[in-house]
Formats: sequence, structure tokens, C-alpha cells
Amino acid sequence: MSAIDKVNAARANNRPTSIDYINKIFGDSFIELHGDRKFGDDKAIVGGIAKLNDMPVTVIGIEKGRNLKERMERNFGSAHPEGYRKALRLMKQAEKFRRPVICFVDTSGAYCGIGAEERGQGQAIAENLMEMMTLKTPILTILIGEGGSGGALALAVADEVWMLENAIYSVISPEGCASILWKDSSKTAEASECLKITSQDLFSMGVIERIIREPKDLDSKLFDGLKHIIAQTVSKKLEQPIDVLLDNRYNRFRKFGKDSATYLRNDE
Amino acid sequence: MFNSDIFNFMKPKNELENQGEWAESRPFIPDELWVKCPACKNMILTSDLEDNLKVCSKCGHHFRTNARYRINITVDEDSFKEMDADLVSENILDFPEYTRKLKTSKMSSGENESVICGTAEIEGSKTVLCVMDSSFMMGSMGTVTGEKITRAFEYATENNLPVIVFTVSGGARMQEGILSLMQMAKTSGAVKRHSDKGLLYITVLTDPTTGGVTASFAMEGDIILAEPKALIGFAGPRVIEQTIRQKLPKDFQTAEFLLEKGFVDAVVNRKDMKKTLSKLLKLHSKEGI
Ligand SMILES: [Zn+2]
Repeated sequence: MSAIDKVNAARANNRPTSIDYINKIFGDSFIELHGDRKFGDDKAIVGGIAKLNDMPVTVIGIEKGRNLKERMERNFGSAHPEGYRKALRLMKQAEKFRRPVICFVDTSGAYCGIGAEERGQGQAIAENLMEMMTLKTPILTILIGEGGSGGALALAVADEVWMLENAIYSVISPEGCASILWKDSSKTAEASECLKITSQDLFSMGVIERIIREPKDLDSKLFDGLKHIIAQTVSKKLEQPIDVLLDNRYNRFRKFGKDSATYLRNDE
Repeated sequence: MFNSDIFNFMKPKNELENQGEWAESRPFIPDELWVKCPACKNMILTSDLEDNLKVCSKCGHHFRTNARYRINITVDEDSFKEMDADLVSENILDFPEYTRKLKTSKMSSGENESVICGTAEIEGSKTVLCVMDSSFMMGSMGTVTGEKITRAFEYATENNLPVIVFTVSGGARMQEGILSLMQMAKTSGAVKRHSDKGLLYITVLTDPTTGGVTASFAMEGDIILAEPKALIGFAGPRVIEQTIRQKLPKDFQTAEFLLEKGFVDAVVNRKDMKKTLSKLLKLHSKEGI
């Protein structure tokens, strides 16, 4: 599949959303918890507590909605600051009770609007990045569809980041990139290639730890398999001493750019 | 209102489309005798403007300045010791036009990257200082930008020093793809470690500070200052207008607007900046001067 095919697959309306993953993996053990305790409850982000086999876990997902009505209610999965603050509140709660955090990411990006700016969209994302880096409990993030820039990263400062085979993760939308680069937003296919946004590209760059193969229909086989490896991974992380876990998390992100930066040679 | 066919065209815009907003707005280059103030439209003698910290004497408009000028007006004479000055970006993703862009940016700005880092003294108080430069690819955050800032924070953490960062940025650097995005997490991690050691971090937001820089280290200061009328936001105003299809309120996303909304500690005039920073540094110094 070419990069643009993956963009289209990642955005497809019939693709399972975070709620589908939560239902299929955690069943009716999931209890949704609402609100950021500061301003409101952002329906673009769903969060709560669930049981993974016998282990209590905190689950947070960016939700695009499964039909038009839901999509409008959930602002097409573009969260406001209160969504990111709700997510952080639930993560802090997870830290307190030593529950692992499992995040599902599917967003074209954080919302751009007057309210979002007034309530500090940048500040909300920044705070998540900072706090997640030292959250004293394991964090696992799975990109299930679109991983749109800062709005996705705000739930992806994790010990491991996984991607569905046809998910994408990008600093800018291919349309945005094409319109800047070629002043032509229709050249999305070329831009998709240049940006290196496929799971294969990101795996080879060390941005993700695992690619989740997608069967033809995203069916129960996928979810059962996913449940199994999630449980295996977070239990292993739970056994690690906290300082080792946090050092690894810091270094996971610290490495990006260390090698790409080069010093000017004297002969230049 | 929407149907699924047009959804692809009408979905809410997001920060991904943010880049390039500032591409055509060039920083002020003093190559003429007179310059027109963009705020009050008065003609000002270039030399007067230079003498007045690049602030319009008629209306107080703060012109953009490059990083070297900023350092000169902020730190004690000859106290700035630059770190990692020769660290340079490479076209890691083999992105179209990027190699050429890096070259022209280096030539036009005279800098190797969009941030200059080092140690300095401000009225005798030692600090780590990072100053971004809008003349280098609009202050966009590439891996080297992130690397230099991260190293500066790590140095400060190791040596128990405060950090001051002057931000100016159009956001992430598209040409480095996801690796640019990762710098947001990387720098935030370094800020957190510095913070957890009980050390002071002051950010000074200058015009414009947007995108991935706003959504990471710019908003992570213990104390957040801003220059008057500086545009500060997550998304650029043009992107927001396209998203909501209406005109934005006057003064939206200015420093004063953020002050009112509670996201900036103080708006500080350029002529008072050095004094303010010095006061804050002294209030946090372990010796308690
Ligand atoms: Zn003026």
C-alpha cells in the first residue's frame, strides 16, 4: 500500500474507533469517567477505568465517532484543552493507584478555534508532554487511525508506542504539507510519501515499537491478539523499578535528533 | 449540515495546517535609512530605531529582532558563552527543497540553526539562555533546534542554573517530519527534569510564538513573560479563521489577550526586560542577593 492509500485507510469512516477497541478489549468492565474538573467534559476524548484480565487499568481514547451524529458530537475527534486536561487528570489518578495507562489515539489534530485558544490549547498539550514524561506508572499508546501532530503526541509520551499497520502519524497533514510545499493541496500523494508517515517508516526510524498487522476485516481476531500483547507488555513494565521505567521513557524520546545532528566540519 | 461525502473537505482544520503561516512575513532588516512603523505608519529613522531597542518611539510597537541583537540587549557585556554553535541540521528524510532551504537560511540569517544557546550573566546573575531566531526558517523546530534546547536544559540541570528561553517560532519543521514532532516531547522531558530539581525556568514569548513551540517548552516556564502585542497561539489566526469561517475578535492571541485569559504572568516592555529578568533571577538565587 502506498502512503496515500494508508492515509485514506486511516481516515476511513468504517474504521473501528477508540470506543470499538475499548468495548472489544475491555468489555463491560469499562467505567467511563468524565470531566477535567476545571471547565468541562470534552466528548472528543473518552476515558475511564477497566479491567484487563484481572488487572485494573486506566484507558483513554480519542474518539472520532462512529456515525455522522456521533462525529459531530465528538467534534470529529479534535479535542479541546479540556479533553487533554481530562486525560491528564485520569493519568494522575492512575499514577496514584499504580494502574497502567493505555491510550488509543485517532485524531486529525487538536482543535483550532477561539475557545480552544482562549483556554490554552498549547498550554494543555505542553503540560501533558511534561507530566507524562515522569508519570510513575507504565504508559502504552496505540495509534489506531490518524495520529495528527501535537494533538496525538499529547497522549503518546509513552513507554511504548504501537501502530496499526494502516495508521498514520505525522507532524502535518499531507494536505497542509502539499499546500505549503507546492502551493497545491491536491498533491497529497506526493506529500504523504515525503513526510514518512506510515507504520513501516516510523518503525524503521524507531518512533514506534510495534506494528499491529491488520486482518482484512478488523475483527475479533485482531482485538483478542491485541488484548493478549497489551496485557503481556504492561505487566512486564509494571515489574520494572520506577526509576528504570522513567529513565527508559526519557531516553526513548531523548534519542531523536542525537544522531541526525552533525557538527560542522572545519573544511566546510 | 455535513454529509459524509464532503466530510473530507469540511472536517475541522487543525494545527497540522498551521505551518507556513508566517512564511512571507520577513523579519525587520535595517538596510534603509527610514523605516515605516507597521503599527502607526510613521516613518522612523533606522538609526533611531536601533538606539531605541527596535521599539517605535511614537507608538511603542515592538519590531522583531534577531537573536544576536536580543542577546546583546539582554545580557551583561561579553558574558555570553555560546554552546553547540556548530551543530547543524541535515536533510534526514531527503525532503524536497530542504537542503537548499537550509543553505539559504544559513546565509540570510548568518546562523546555523533557529536557536542560539549558551550561558550568560544578567546584572551579575548567571543563567542558561536560549534565544530563537525568526530569520532561520521562521524559527521552526527541527531536530537540531530541539537538541540544542535539550542540551541547554541538561547543562543547566547538571550545573544548578536557571534557564531563560526567548521564543519565536512558526511551529514544527515540516521538512523533518515526525522527528520534528518528537522534539516537543524531548524538550518537555528536559524541562521537567530541570524543574524537578527545583530550578527556575523563565520563558519570554515574542512575536510570533505558535504551533509546536507553544505546545511544548514555551508554555512550560515557571514564569511566562511576553512582549507587548506579540502574537501567541497554538494555531495561527488564518487557520482558525478558515476553520470557524468567521472573523476573529480584535486583539485575539495577543500577549495582552493571553494575560487576560491567565496564560501569561506579565507583559513586559523591551526596555524593562533585562531589569525584570534580573529581578526574577535574584529572587530565586540560592545566595539570595
Ligand atoms: Zn509606531
